[in-house]
Amino acid sequence: MMDIFSLSAVDILNWSVHIGLTHFLLLAALLFSIGLYGLLTRRGIIPTLMCVELMLNAANINLVAFNHYRPVTDFSGQLMAVFSIAVAASEVAIGIALAFRIYRERGSVNIDELNHMKG
Amino acid sequence: MNELLKLVHGVVNWGMDTAESMNAGVLIDASVFYALMWVSVLAALGVVLCRNVVHSALLLTASFIGVGCLYIYMDSPFIGAVQFLVYGGAVAILIVMALMLTRRDDMAHSNLSRSLFCQAGAAVISGAFFLCISVASLMTQFREMSAELGDSVTGLADMMLTKYILPFEVAAVLLLIAMIGALVIAKGAHES
Repeated sequence: MMDIFSLSAVDILNWSVHIGLTHFLLLAALLFSIGLYGLLTRRGIIPTLMCVELMLNAANINLVAFNHYRPVTDFSGQLMAVFSIAVAASEVAIGIALAFRIYRERGSVNIDELNHMKG
Repeated sequence: MNELLKLVHGVVNWGMDTAESMNAGVLIDASVFYALMWVSVLAALGVVLCRNVVHSALLLTASFIGVGCLYIYMDSPFIGAVQFLVYGGAVAILIVMALMLTRRDDMAHSNLSRSLFCQAGAAVISGAFFLCISVASLMTQFREMSAELGDSVTGLADMMLTKYILPFEVAAVLLLIAMIGALVIAKGAHES
């Protein structure tokens, strides 16, 4: 475990210049949190879908970064990213078809109004 | 006077130490990473905070392209190309098309958000999540070693058609089902 409280300025400067796995993990966490914030605050269906795409992207960054910076022997991480992208593409196609259908039936794409299945 | 000289000496030594540990390659490496990082993070923030949903969609494409450049930075040109084609191309066009088909009267306020209370709660939740993940990844000491793996396109093709042939075929079936399902949902099964 790294002792982050006893680092000097030179260490921090060194760390921030030598790009490694941790930088990519932090970037992915930041993108995922931004997507999560949007997911919780947006009210339209399509903006919500966009935020889900941002979160999926953050997960893909992690897969590729682990594949690149860890001592692995093959491209499994990148292959997982390819499959994840395929699943994300089909998810967005279905989601947008649903949004279009809901808009035609209701004339609105506000999620708060979609409460017909509420008990 | 002596103390002042000692201070100057210390500062010069610190500068020399810092300069020794860096060279032009490392600095260029870092600046490329930070430039791409800020592009994708600021564009993602724009997606979440823009009032106009069309601006959000365009910034989402910018964020995807920044992430694709980061894949190329990580020696994964194939994933970068797939990211540009699928996310920067197909998904972006799909989202803009869907926005055009479900247009509201007032585009300037089309991307509504919830109440201030709800926004504060969402900020707390996502901030706490970010804090947890960043502390965990800063505390973990990874054994980093970039292994020489060779050409990523050849390697991926070999794996896709040998060891991972079943997931590959399942992904193909999934894409077909998604395509047919999207058509049926959008058109309506009982309408001619």
